[in-house]
Amino acid sequence: MKKILSAYNIRKEFGGLTAVDKVTFDVYEGRIQSLIGPNGAGKTTIFNLVTGFSPLTSGKIHFRDTIINKKSPHKLVHMGIARTFQNVLLFENMTVLENVMVGRHIRSRCGLISSAFKFPWVFREERAIRHKAMEELSFVGLEKRAGEKAGSLPFGEQRAVEVARALATDPVLILLDEPAAGLNTHETQKLAQLIKQIRDRGITVFLVEHDMSLVMDISDHIMVLNYGEKIAEGGPREIQNDPQVIGAYLGEEI
Amino acid sequence: MSIFTKILQYIFTGLTIGSIFAMVGLGFNIIYNATDIINFAQGEFVMIGGMVMVSLTKGMNIPMIPAFFLTIIIVAIVGILLERLAINPLSNPSIITIIIITIGASIVFKGLAMLIWGKDTFILPAFTGETPINVGGAVIIPQSIWVLGITLLVVACLAVFFEKTLLGKAMRACATNRKAASLMGINVNRMVMLSFALSAAIGAVSGVIITPISLMDYHRGTMLAIKGFAAAILGGLGSGAGAVIAGFLIGIMESMGAGFISSGYKDAIALVVLLLVLFIKPTGLMGKSELR
Amino acid sequence: MNIKNIFIFILMLAAIVIFPLFVPNKYYISVMVVVGFNVLICIGLCMLMGYAGQISLGHAAFYGLGAYTSGVLCTKYLFNPWLAMLCGIIITGGVAYLIGVPSLKLKGHYLAMATLGFGEIVFIAFNELSFLTGGPSGMTSIPRLSLFGLALNTDLRFYCFTWVVVLVTVILSINIVNSRVGRALLAIHGSERAALAAGVNVPAHKIQIFVLSAIYASIAGSMYAHFVTFISPSSFGFMKSITLVTMVVIGGMSDIWGACIGALILTVLPEYLHVFHDYEILIFGVTLMIIMILMPKGLFVGAMDGIEWIKSKIFRKTNEKDTVGI
Repeated sequence: MKKILSAYNIRKEFGGLTAVDKVTFDVYEGRIQSLIGPNGAGKTTIFNLVTGFSPLTSGKIHFRDTIINKKSPHKLVHMGIARTFQNVLLFENMTVLENVMVGRHIRSRCGLISSAFKFPWVFREERAIRHKAMEELSFVGLEKRAGEKAGSLPFGEQRAVEVARALATDPVLILLDEPAAGLNTHETQKLAQLIKQIRDRGITVFLVEHDMSLVMDISDHIMVLNYGEKIAEGGPREIQNDPQVIGAYLGEEI
Repeated sequence: MSIFTKILQYIFTGLTIGSIFAMVGLGFNIIYNATDIINFAQGEFVMIGGMVMVSLTKGMNIPMIPAFFLTIIIVAIVGILLERLAINPLSNPSIITIIIITIGASIVFKGLAMLIWGKDTFILPAFTGETPINVGGAVIIPQSIWVLGITLLVVACLAVFFEKTLLGKAMRACATNRKAASLMGINVNRMVMLSFALSAAIGAVSGVIITPISLMDYHRGTMLAIKGFAAAILGGLGSGAGAVIAGFLIGIMESMGAGFISSGYKDAIALVVLLLVLFIKPTGLMGKSELR
Repeated sequence: MNIKNIFIFILMLAAIVIFPLFVPNKYYISVMVVVGFNVLICIGLCMLMGYAGQISLGHAAFYGLGAYTSGVLCTKYLFNPWLAMLCGIIITGGVAYLIGVPSLKLKGHYLAMATLGFGEIVFIAFNELSFLTGGPSGMTSIPRLSLFGLALNTDLRFYCFTWVVVLVTVILSINIVNSRVGRALLAIHGSERAALAAGVNVPAHKIQIFVLSAIYASIAGSMYAHFVTFISPSSFGFMKSITLVTMVVIGGMSDIWGACIGALILTVLPEYLHVFHDYEILIFGVTLMIIMILMPKGLFVGAMDGIEWIKSKIFRKTNEKDTVGI
């Protein structure tokens, strides 16, 4: 298996507080790989480090063969790393379709001047953007909601729009930050299907999630983080039986 | 004059005018802490303070001390009216809306002041005498000492108010976390009103004490607001101590700049400082580590 | 352009053609020329504030830079006015870029204050660099423009020229906001983090639109200088910046048409307020506050929302009738 993302000794401090402490891990191509751990373990911080939303204190992150430590988020999107947010960040005043169309921004080129004069290729590109965005919307099952304001959708559907927007960027690696948070059982099941479908498209999925049954159900590989340190990794079976993991989650059901 | 006495002289002048910047900066911070609003009409409180004092003492012949307190009360009421009529009715306003409304308020105050007092420049007599005192070759006028003294007194009173009194602590609680404060039974709504009253009162004090030195007219407020804001930013938005120190610093820089470079660019100095701080370290000298 | 935009565009075109026919008064024509300048600046500001969500309290400085570049180059160095205007665009765009890069990292009140501070510094420079600008008393005898040998020396001719420029700008700007770039700007306004995650180069887009809006202001400034042939710093101070922002917000900053209407109202209104003499500022301030408190989205957007609301009512009613009929 080929490594797609590897972090070596990454460390993040916030004003003296260590959120992530010398963590090393690899994400392999074509898998669903999960990152779990109790609240405050540093999972979202790791996502922010990988996607360029917050700078590393020390360590190295490789994406394929490139060091991506100091790359800005939009450059990483261009390289093929897409993400969603724990608390769903949509452009609420734009329609569902427009939200997803923004995801095509990085894969299209018409600038200020050609847009202002509406050169013929602007129409062509705009049509392609719309087409691809609609495709991603149907992929997550929301093509009927295309014209509605994103902010007016129920929470579960907003999540799906965010995933569609991330997919519209043509990623090779997608980072989903607690996609099941706030979803009911039925929606969670649909989400599990969706995540598997994403993997089947050849996109590597890197997942942070609290819903253990979802994680155990779909993950090919799991890493466990506690107090900013990696305490275990392996397949779902191994993780469930790991005494250290059980200790970290004491009182919580795995 | 030797270069030393010159510098000493500029420091005296700078500290005097810097006191006013410090107080305007403090006024900004009090409202900002309670509401996250930058009140662009803050400079107008200073102007109104000076003008009302002129009317009370010269127009109505009220003795200075009662007139002083009456002025503070009147301007505080103006502050309360501003909050009740223009800020309170807004539900979930955007920053741009708030900026325009407080700018609108400053225009209204300016317009009212022009109607009431006309376009003339007014002066107040110095509190105690006009005979300059000689310090190391530089002169300091008695009113400057009043300005400095009263500024320090106001700062001390505010410190005691926010640290020791229940009301002050309640206001600070609102500043830290509005939701938690309201859950604790603090009337956030009233605290916001109070912050406007307090901030206006401080403006009034500075207006009264500075008018004998720098005179007052209806459109003096805007520049004072900008420089006061420069002080608040340089000190770190939200930090009272920071605003005071920064106010003095800007005052001194301004008077040195006027003396050594050119008086025409005097006003530009505070602005350049403002821009540099915003570009290099927007959290200021003593600000909280994170930008809001 | 969609149907709504085409409809409003035709209305505007008609109004522009009809106005001089029915109001041949020289003074009102010249007021409408000034409206044109303000519309031009406000369209740029609208893209910056309403679309990208970035406030600027210093746009009068860009307006002034355009005017002074034209004024100085034409009177002191005898440049061709069109060349001077182009130099104005380049200089203003460059200044906007230099000030925009550090400023646009800031948000909200901080950005507002940075742009305000910049504007004031430029204003002080206009006053103090008297060897170039003539200081507080300004500079006179700036030449008029001429187009293909035709001197734009009457108010009516300048009126036509100005509004052609405005109409072209309106079309270009509507195209921009309805494009990939416009979508990116709206995304930045909605959430910068989300925009970054979706792959939008947030800083670059912010600066681009800031520079573009400054260029609009610069063009308006150059035209102003050649129209009134006399400029002084007082036209480019803090109050001008505030008035410009107010025009955009009062009209409704989420729509370019809103900005146009705001510019029209706030340019014409003070002309009538002159009647009130000393009450002028007061009435201006009170109107401003009342509109902001009651209609924070602005007049145009408020009106459009109203139309949508009525339409939805009528539409629902006919639907109900249908069901009843079946």
